[in-house]
Amino acid sequence: MTTLAFLLLIVATIFGYFLNRIAARSIWNRGERLHSLTSYHGLFSALMVLVPVLTIMLFWLALEGRILDSLTMSGLPDGVLDGQGTGGLQLILAEIKSVSRGQIFGTPEDWKIAAADRYIALTRTSNMLMLIVVAVLSVAIIAFARSRVRVDFRARQGVERIVSGLMIFCSVVAIFTTLGIIFSLTFETYRFFEKVPVWDFLFGVNWEPQIPIRADQIAAEGAFGWLPVILGTIVITVVALVVAVPVGLFSAIYLNEFAPPKVRLVIKPVLELLAGVPTVVYGFFAILVVAPAIRSFGQSIGLDVAPNTALAAGGVMGIMLIPFISSFADDALSAVPQALRDGALGLGATRGEMMTTVLFPAALPGIVGGVLLAVSRAIGETMIVVMAAGLIARMTINPLESVTTVTVQIVTLLIGDTAFDNPKTLAAFALGMMLFLVTLIINIFALRIVRKYREAYD
Amino acid sequence: MTDITNAPGPRSPHRTTELIAGTLKRRHAKEARLKWIGLGAIGIAFTMLFILIASLVSSGWQAFAQTHISVAVYIDPQEVPAENLPRGGFDDVLAAAMAQMLPDADTDDRATMRSLNGILSNGAQFSLRDQVVANPDLIGQTVTIKVPVSDPFDQLNKGLIDRDTIEQNRRVTDREIAWFDTLKDQGAISKPFNWALFTNADSRFPELAGLKGALVGSFWVLSICFIISFPLGIGSAIYLEEFAPKNKLSDFIEVNINNLAAVPSVVFGLLALAVFIGWFGMPRSAPIVGGLTLALMTMPTIIIATRAALKAVPPSIREAALGVGASKQQVVFHHVLPLAMPGILTGTIIGLAQALGETAPLLLIGMNAFITSAASSPFDSATALPTQIFIWADSPERGFVSRTSAAILVLLGFLMLMNAVAIYLRQKFQRKW
Repeated sequence: MTTLAFLLLIVATIFGYFLNRIAARSIWNRGERLHSLTSYHGLFSALMVLVPVLTIMLFWLALEGRILDSLTMSGLPDGVLDGQGTGGLQLILAEIKSVSRGQIFGTPEDWKIAAADRYIALTRTSNMLMLIVVAVLSVAIIAFARSRVRVDFRARQGVERIVSGLMIFCSVVAIFTTLGIIFSLTFETYRFFEKVPVWDFLFGVNWEPQIPIRADQIAAEGAFGWLPVILGTIVITVVALVVAVPVGLFSAIYLNEFAPPKVRLVIKPVLELLAGVPTVVYGFFAILVVAPAIRSFGQSIGLDVAPNTALAAGGVMGIMLIPFISSFADDALSAVPQALRDGALGLGATRGEMMTTVLFPAALPGIVGGVLLAVSRAIGETMIVVMAAGLIARMTINPLESVTTVTVQIVTLLIGDTAFDNPKTLAAFALGMMLFLVTLIINIFALRIVRKYREAYD
Repeated sequence: MTDITNAPGPRSPHRTTELIAGTLKRRHAKEARLKWIGLGAIGIAFTMLFILIASLVSSGWQAFAQTHISVAVYIDPQEVPAENLPRGGFDDVLAAAMAQMLPDADTDDRATMRSLNGILSNGAQFSLRDQVVANPDLIGQTVTIKVPVSDPFDQLNKGLIDRDTIEQNRRVTDREIAWFDTLKDQGAISKPFNWALFTNADSRFPELAGLKGALVGSFWVLSICFIISFPLGIGSAIYLEEFAPKNKLSDFIEVNINNLAAVPSVVFGLLALAVFIGWFGMPRSAPIVGGLTLALMTMPTIIIATRAALKAVPPSIREAALGVGASKQQVVFHHVLPLAMPGILTGTIIGLAQALGETAPLLLIGMNAFITSAASSPFDSATALPTQIFIWADSPERGFVSRTSAAILVLLGFLMLMNAVAIYLRQKFQRKW
């Protein structure tokens, strides 16, 4: 049905295009001078049909599910839903839907079968209604657009106005995405703080998100202090930077000043390869190679090393960040004006001295900006730590122990859980909010440094 | 006036040269040191890349072949009565066939028969069943089927199980090894290319698990991602680069896009979970949600690449078109955009390659479910290549280690292909003005 509606819309668009174009053509054939080219008359009709009808269809499809669900549920006989929580209601709805698809397990109650029939009927009505709306609107708009075809009709301006509107809509999508992130995170975080006090979250030193699922279950109360989680994130980030910053920086210095152009042409793309490897691959590399290597090395010198150390996860993350830092540092070094290089060399400095005493200090702000961006990447990096770091939050800064990170907790709290009504899943959104804020602040700061510095030498 | 003679006179040029010459060696050594440290740093990076690739290849290449066994099965009408199809004792029929190939096995012992069946993959009885159901005339005849062996024997055949370890620490017993060697001597064992890796969907059994579901899922996700992010990205870039007035709002959009490009991917997963699944009620684990999420993530990349490509078109083109009376939109859509297209496509392909490797947001929307059939539409549950790698990396069976590496090699292959296309486009269509 939906496919049919889309097909109808496409046909209407094409029909409108040719109808108007032919009409404009016949005026032109009469020897009159049209204001706009015939294809603009066609495009005017096509866009007039396509844009509003497609918008209505997409809205319809987005809202349809919600409305059908609530209509189905509100039509149930009195009393069957008494005492059901959100989870129970969702379960009943899911069962009704699966009955309506013909997947019947056991013998559902009569009212469920009745509800399933009603659901099918409602879906059919809704689809039918959408088809009718699409058809009626298309015909009406095509007729309207056809009536506009005249010698002096400014079809090009009409088309350009619509295209401008579409382009503005495209640019605003980015803003809507940001707003969506902020609103959804704020909303769920607010609900989390209704259940868990803000202070407990911000200053608590225990992170034990296991909560009792049933009322009589013996389980930990659940503690939501994020300090050990952020501490673990910091430990892994520091390990990653200890690997990435020196290696990246010295690679950049070599590439920028010492490498012959041909060597540089080979080395740069190979380094970029490291940046193109998906993070899930690095995660597997960490558990397959790096963690066992660190563990056996630790045991050979008599150290007790956890199987999922911060060192393994952080080290592999460092490898991932090498090309990131080296390309930023390379850009920053290249942005230093040639005059500074010439001046230093002219005064008799060696190329090494020029690098350490002139170029490097001059490029430092740009390099710092790049390193800050790398920090934000490391904090937000997910797959490597999900696969190679631990799950239990500890207040430790020993990189040989297993620590957990913000992103690991977000993923483990949300995998396989859909109900947004307990502190366990909501805690993930609170962590996400903190992650978003921290990375956003670092990013804004870093981008400002990088940009300001580039302008200074332009 | 009198102390002029006491003032230090200019050093003789000779002495300056000497002074500098004395330090020169040290200074050059310092420069060489810096150079060598730089080379060393690049060496470290290259070594890591090499270890990464080498470890994946060395553990993954074996998974591209799969040990098969040819068994001549007599389909006993006693065990498989035609009227009972598709039910029947297909496992017993197979065990009997195995016992026939191994004369020393005790056919009356149930445990022996069970371990005989254990040599075959669990899928063997189902593929036999499907054959018989498709052609019931086979009942009472002997058919030769070629099926995968189960994971421990596959490992044994590939030399991944050390025969010298003590029996308790091995996944195959001495007796089973002897059987396997007998079968091998009979020529029943072969090791062809593992097509099942591409034609099967996921399975609990490593020897049956394949990437079809993940490849199809990734195809849907990327298609949706492209359909949404490509027009949105280009439209937005054209507006910002060519039409937007220089005001606060344009600046805000620009800052916004730059920041969006640096938001951690897991946050996009949270957005998708809360908005697409939570509010709009879209299905979990479905490629449509994955595609939408990745489209939002890819859009900033495409916008930035498109703006750079538009900027590279020289103003003379615009001026010439304006000069002959084109409108501003005609200038952009008829002249500037076609010239910028190669750059835009390159940026888009690189953005899509990033999206193909993205895992975290897909995990949050549930695309790591265990699904044993390929999705037939973007609304069905599915996995994607990177999430399949994550699932396999988490699986305890030994056979999944090499399959994970193999899956990674497939993923890297696709990424290299996409990047090669991007580089080719850039080389072929790049114009110097």
